Amino acid sequence: MSPKTLYDKIWDAHVVQEDEDGTSLLYIDRHLVHEVTSAQAFEGLRMNGRKVRAPEKTIAVPDHNVPTTEGREDPAQMTEESRIQVEALDTNAKEFGVHYYPVSDVRQGIVHIVGPENGWTLPGMTVVCGDSHTATHGAFGSLAHGIGTSEVEHVLATQTLIQKKSLNMKVEITGKLKPGVTAKDITLAVIGETGTGGGTGYVIEYCGEAIRDLSMEGRMTVCNMAIEGGARAGLIAPDETTFNYVKGRAHAPKGAQWEAALTWWKTLYTDEGAHFDKVVTLKGEDIQPVVTWGTSPEDVLPITGVVPHPEEFEGGKVEAARRAIEYMGLEAGQKLTDIEIDTVFIGSCTNGRIEDLRAVADVVKGKKIKDGIRAMVVPGSGLVRAQAEEEGLADIFKEAGFEWRLAGCSMCLAMNPDQLSEGERCASTSNRNFEGRQGYKGRTHLVSPAMAAAAALTGKLTDVRELM
Amino acid sequence: MEKFEKLTGIAAPMPLVNIDTDMIIPKVFLKSIKRTGFGVNLFDEMRYNRDGTEIEDFVLNKPQYRNTEILIAGDNFGCGSSREHAPWAIKDFGIKCVVSTSFADIFFNNCFKNGILPIVLPQEQIDLLMADAEKGENARMTVDLEAQEITTSDGEVVKFDVDAFKKHCLLNGLDDIGLSLEKVASIDSFEEKAAQARPWV
Repeated sequence: MSPKTLYDKIWDAHVVQEDEDGTSLLYIDRHLVHEVTSAQAFEGLRMNGRKVRAPEKTIAVPDHNVPTTEGREDPAQMTEESRIQVEALDTNAKEFGVHYYPVSDVRQGIVHIVGPENGWTLPGMTVVCGDSHTATHGAFGSLAHGIGTSEVEHVLATQTLIQKKSLNMKVEITGKLKPGVTAKDITLAVIGETGTGGGTGYVIEYCGEAIRDLSMEGRMTVCNMAIEGGARAGLIAPDETTFNYVKGRAHAPKGAQWEAALTWWKTLYTDEGAHFDKVVTLKGEDIQPVVTWGTSPEDVLPITGVVPHPEEFEGGKVEAARRAIEYMGLEAGQKLTDIEIDTVFIGSCTNGRIEDLRAVADVVKGKKIKDGIRAMVVPGSGLVRAQAEEEGLADIFKEAGFEWRLAGCSMCLAMNPDQLSEGERCASTSNRNFEGRQGYKGRTHLVSPAMAAAAALTGKLTDVRELM
Repeated sequence: MEKFEKLTGIAAPMPLVNIDTDMIIPKVFLKSIKRTGFGVNLFDEMRYNRDGTEIEDFVLNKPQYRNTEILIAGDNFGCGSSREHAPWAIKDFGIKCVVSTSFADIFFNNCFKNGILPIVLPQEQIDLLMADAEKGENARMTVDLEAQEITTSDGEVVKFDVDAFKKHCLLNGLDDIGLSLEKVASIDSFEEKAAQARPWV
């Protein structure tokens, strides 16, 4: 048998039927659902008299619209439209009988944090959700990617997806990371290297010593942004770190089934000599704490750099860079560490897990954020929030001057009331710095949690290594 | 789904690279629970001032491009989120075909589910079409899916590739779910085997 990649193995295990031209029906093991991209899909089922084929494999949670302030059960905290969307999910979850974590449930949170946390996401699975950051779940060695609402309806009705196989891409991060450098810096550095279209048509497998050394949470951060590099999905082969994370979680297998699962999971790695269509290698020790300066996640530079001149680019990127620098209110040649910020956002499916919050607490413990800075910590789930309170992190944040919020997507995409105002500049641990992403004419600099914490203390983009 | 066979219409140039889904339809408009009505907010932040007045020099606001049906776009069009509201807005505006050097994967798939034809062409041919689209109302291109050809206003013919299955579905306006449900016996038997092999799923 010819050697296979990890992606090949998971793909092969899920093909229901393959046509001559490679168009395949792929079986879906887990379908995650949130309120923004599902209402039309459920309505489609209703109109056609169809049922959810596998409600036991379907998990729904509201996250995008929900307020993150206390007393959010009060519908007045949501706009009329947001409330209707969340209520539609409540109704659809009940009517179609899928697993559901309503706003009132302590386990509610961002769908990509809820899935792994509760043991829904397991190695070797196919996982989809009407959300591009479904790539997150690839950290478990599961094939996970975002889909549109029509495909959500397709999966609800058939538990399958019509797919053609992507190409294989390997991203290897060799060696060790330097102090102050995190999973977020890895994933941004990779996008800086490949561009936002560099992964288009591929499924990425991240590997190498620096990836192996990451915790599950760090691996989720890396895979989360595979989509920002254009890839359909990002994967990391499961290992002891993965198994230890999964074991004992609410929906993880137990007893004899655990042993059977483990036996299979241990076969989920890329065989020696398997073919990759594209290979990118970065040295871990070369990666520095990075920030984005522009309005595309590929606009990445080490914090020690300066805002580039548009002429440094080629083709259509020259105009895009000119537009980005103007939008961001920057000047070419300006030192990144001279950029003053107004706001710090810590949270999102990229960096809203407990280790992210610990990293922030490490930097801000016993200190105060700079006067005039608005800073908020939005835990990724109610369980993360509870744990952070138990560990004393919440007190550290509050004493430093951060707002301590309830769980949700919040200012990552600003569908709820957490938004930037026009011209407001934010150091954000989220995943997209697009124009208007965090609010109309808002300005986003993507950074790691530790870097965001450093910026909160100084009021400027800051090299966290100087505070260590 | 509406069929896509042959289209003759005005093409508009949008050469900016990395046009993302937040540009195509900002999140404030994602709160509808319907699939229609998004066209008025297509490219909202590029198209309107904060007070709702139009930004004159935005391409689709120019008189000659108000009835655009074909978009000639810069590289990596549709990057970002999975929101199908992006193609819904494009379709609702009246655009049925987008041509670029590359598209983001999820956006590309979403187009086909909504009767929109996304076409990938090399830079040279995009340059040719972009120049033709610059002519405004006079640039009426024809996109023939069956023949896999774009004909410019000057009569130049550009061939394009399209996935055979997706072409078949577009030409016939086929509903994917209906097609897949015809394979329900295969899905049943896969599920049975998978339940044996991986009972913990």
